[in-house]
Parts: sequence; structure tokens; C-alpha cells
Amino acid sequence: MIGSPFILKEHTSVRFTMIKVMAALVPGTLAYAWYFGPGIWISLVWCSLLGIGFEAVALVIRGRPLQPALTDGSVLLTAWLLALSIPTLAPWWLYMTGMFFAVVVAKHLYGGLGQNLFNPAMVGYAALIISFPVFMTQWAAPTTLANIVPNLSDAFDLVFVGGSITPDAYTSATVLDSLKTATRGGHTVLDAFAQPIHGLIAGKGMELVAIMYLFGGLFMISNRLITWHIPVAFLAAIALTAGVLQGLDPAHHAGPLFHMMAGGSMLGAFFIATDPVTACTTPRGKLIFAGLAGFLTVIIRTFGGYPDGVAFSILILNTAAPFIDAFSQPRVFGHAKGVK
Amino acid sequence: MASETRDIIINGLWKQNPGVVQILGMCPTLAVSTSLVNGLSLGLATAVVMALSNTAAALVSRLVPPAVRIPIYILIIATLVTMVDLLMHAYLLQLYLVLGIYIPLIVVNCIVLARVEAYASKHGAFYSFLDGLMMGLGLSLVLAVLGGMREIFGKGLLLSGIDLALGPAANAYVIHVLPGYQGLLLSILPPGAFIGLGLLIAARNRIEQVRALPRRSASLQPQQAT
Repeated sequence: MIGSPFILKEHTSVRFTMIKVMAALVPGTLAYAWYFGPGIWISLVWCSLLGIGFEAVALVIRGRPLQPALTDGSVLLTAWLLALSIPTLAPWWLYMTGMFFAVVVAKHLYGGLGQNLFNPAMVGYAALIISFPVFMTQWAAPTTLANIVPNLSDAFDLVFVGGSITPDAYTSATVLDSLKTATRGGHTVLDAFAQPIHGLIAGKGMELVAIMYLFGGLFMISNRLITWHIPVAFLAAIALTAGVLQGLDPAHHAGPLFHMMAGGSMLGAFFIATDPVTACTTPRGKLIFAGLAGFLTVIIRTFGGYPDGVAFSILILNTAAPFIDAFSQPRVFGHAKGVK
Repeated sequence: MASETRDIIINGLWKQNPGVVQILGMCPTLAVSTSLVNGLSLGLATAVVMALSNTAAALVSRLVPPAVRIPIYILIIATLVTMVDLLMHAYLLQLYLVLGIYIPLIVVNCIVLARVEAYASKHGAFYSFLDGLMMGLGLSLVLAVLGGMREIFGKGLLLSGIDLALGPAANAYVIHVLPGYQGLLLSILPPGAFIGLGLLIAARNRIEQVRALPRRSASLQPQQAT
């Protein structure tokens, strides 16, 4: 790409962007490791290796040069996002299946970076939650609640060998799971919030991780990696939808703040819905795209069969993004309004 | 004569394959192909209906007023499907219960009417029979391969449910392709049908591409020489 003379080339390259996005993920990941044990490092490294491996194989089969695609960092970011979206301490083949769907099916079958219709990490997540619901709901418990906190070598054994510790000792339901179980069982939201997994606002530990994602996201906005439209519209739609539902039936629906902090809301708002390839690109289009995704997220969480709706809502809106873009073209400077 | 027969066979099984080239009759293809046995059974039932309906339509095509030909063809197809439906109900009850609504739905499978309208109404009875049979077998092939793929990836098995067609003794034929396999549920669920069919279409297009390559370069050679 040839930039104007005042734009430094390396500051607009794919690799530089990817490195900055990954830097924005660091605080959230550190908080994750602090609150949920070191298992996240195993899944991060394993997903990255798998990502590079699948990417290399796909490139060889497609007859493309290896070096540019492998060093642009996009596959590492996909691996990182997938590792943060799925439970740690799961069997190794779970990550392998997820990365296969993310890199081979979602990315390379559609033509590689920039050609993919769907967000690769979310395709991996969706394939896994549909195929292996049991493994995908065994999340590592916050270290303050777990009977056993697997250290790094325990975690390695659990992932690759299948350790002798029973999952009950180190896993727990997420706060969204416990909310769903409670409200489906005829209990109220307050009963669900009385569970130990519930922290101040949402999941214990997870709420802090979400705040760290928020800081990372603000860093990306201030560095102009993303614009404010998608995160603001996404979170506002989540808050609005959750607020309306809570207003209608306060006993059985959690409030706006809970839904903004629970599950994948923050990660989705700043890191996943903002994917420049699969999201809308026009300013109005971004607002519509993210607003609908946020609305669907709460609807799927509340009425759907799966615990979290971030991945599904973003994937659904990915299919609509080209149409939203086509109908939200901004007025070109010098042209009258409404004239194409 | 022989070349006409050969063309019909190649068209039905490969060149104009209903499943991966014409992409007709997708409803049963996607819904029933959860296992090799299910896919193949419905495919064969469709093939029987197609062969017979093509023959019948070819025999009566001169008597049918063009304005009302579609309702008459549908009546013929519906009669034949009812026969197949009752026969399967009588002799293959277990399989009949598994395939359920998709057997009566063969009536509205567009590939059946498409062949009657596009081929049988313009050709003789023998070729129409052959065309219906080959198109049906082409569809069966796709259904069987797709069903087999979804079964292997979804359950790690092949030929599961064969006892429904051949009796309980046939359970011994079930192949455990991947023992101790967790099962990719996605493959059995509806998305697996779409992804699997997409892969089959891609594979067929790829084979055609590769086959076309040497021929193209061969035809280019003399031009470069002159």
C-alpha cells in the first residue's frame, strides 16, 4: 500500500495494527490469569501454535507464499481471541477443533485475510459450543472459589494428558449459566445473585477482566485503531434491551449493568464486533450493525438455549454487514443529499 | 444409440448431478443426510419414483394437453410416491418411521418434476426411464456420501442404523471408524448439512478444474507452435 508521504507506512501495516490490538488485550489477559489461574497461558500458546500450523498448511494447499500471511499477526490475534472466549483447561482437541474452524473454514475457505465473511474466532467458538456443549460450559472457577487451583504443570496435564483431578474441583458455572438455571427453575434474579460466583456486578473475577477489556478498548479508540461507533452502540443496545426487559419483569431479568459486564460483552464490543473485515464500515452502518448485535445478544441470552449470545449475534450481523453498508453510504462531499 | 445411453448415464451421475450441480431437491438432501443409511434409503426411494414417473410421463405425454400438463404429471408422481410410501410402510417399518415425512415429500421434490418436464415429456419411454433412474442414482450418491461424511464426523460411525433396513442382525456391519471419538455434534445438526454439501460441491468443481487443465494446455500447444 502506498500511503501519502506524511503517513508512516509501518504505522498502517496489518502487522502493526495487529500488534497494537494484541497489546490492548494484555491487561484483560493478565487479569484473567490472576483471577482464574495460569491455565490461560496453556490455551493461549496452544491455540497460537495451532493457528500458525493450520495457517501454514492452508497457505501451502492454496499455493500462497507463507511469509507475508504468517508474519502479519492476524492468525495470532484470532488464536488469542478464541483462547479468551472458550474455557481454559479443556482437552487439547477442543482447541484444535476450534482453531480448525476459525482458520481453515472461516478464513481460508473464504479466501484468507480480508475475504472472510464471518469473524474467524467467533466461528470457532460457535462450532465448539454447538458441538461440545459439556466441555464448553466447564469454565475454570475463580481462584478464590476453587477447591484446587491447577498450577501450570497441572494445567498442562489437564489439557494434554487428561488429569486425575475431577472437573468439579476446579470448574464452576459462569454467572450467565447460574442466572439462566435460576430463572428457568422459577427462582428470581436475586437468588441467582446470591450464588458465590456472583461478584459485585457480574461474575466474580470476570467483572474485573471485563473492566480491563474496557481499558484496552479505550486504548484502541485513542490510538484510532477502532472508532467509537461499534463499542458504544453495542453496549448501549445491550443496556437498553436489558433495561426494558428488567423494567417489564424485574424479578426474572438482570439489569443493564450486569449484561454489560457479564459473559463476552466487553470482549465482543471492543475486540470482536469491531473486526474491520467482517463489520460494517460506514459510520451509520456501524451504529446499526452494533446496535442490532447488542439487542440480539441480550435476546439470545434471555430466551435462547445457549448461555451467551455475543458470538451468535455478531455472526448473524456479519451476514447483514454488506447490506447495511450498501444502504448507509455517507453523502459524498459536494453531492446533494439523496442523489446517488 | 449407445452414445445417447452413455450421455444419460454420465449426465445423471456426474455432469448434471442433481445434488451437486443442479442443486435441486435440497430439502431432503439437507434434512435426511444425517447418516449413510438414511441418505441412501431416501435417495433410492427417490430414484425408483423418478424412473417410474419418467417412464409413465413419457408414455402419456402425447395424450396430455400442454395447458394442464403440470397437474397431470404431479398426479402421476403422487400416485407413484404413494405406492413407494405404502410399500416401505409394509416392508421396512423401522426405516419408514425414521425417514418419516420425507417419503411423502418426494412428491414435491423439484428434481422429480424437473426431469419429467425437461426430459420425459420430450423423449421416448426407454430413455426417459434411464434418465430418471440415473438422475435418481446421482442424487442417491450425493445423499450417501454426504450422509456418510456427517456420520463419520458426527458420531465416528459408518452404517449406523443399518438394522432399520436389514433387520437387527445387520448391526454387526456398523463400522466404528474412529473409536473413542467425542463426536462433532455440529456435523449431525443442520449446519453440518450445509457445510458438507458446500464441501462436496467444491470438491466436484475442483475435480472438473483439474480434469480440464491438461486438455486446455493440449489445445494451446498447436497454437503456440504455429
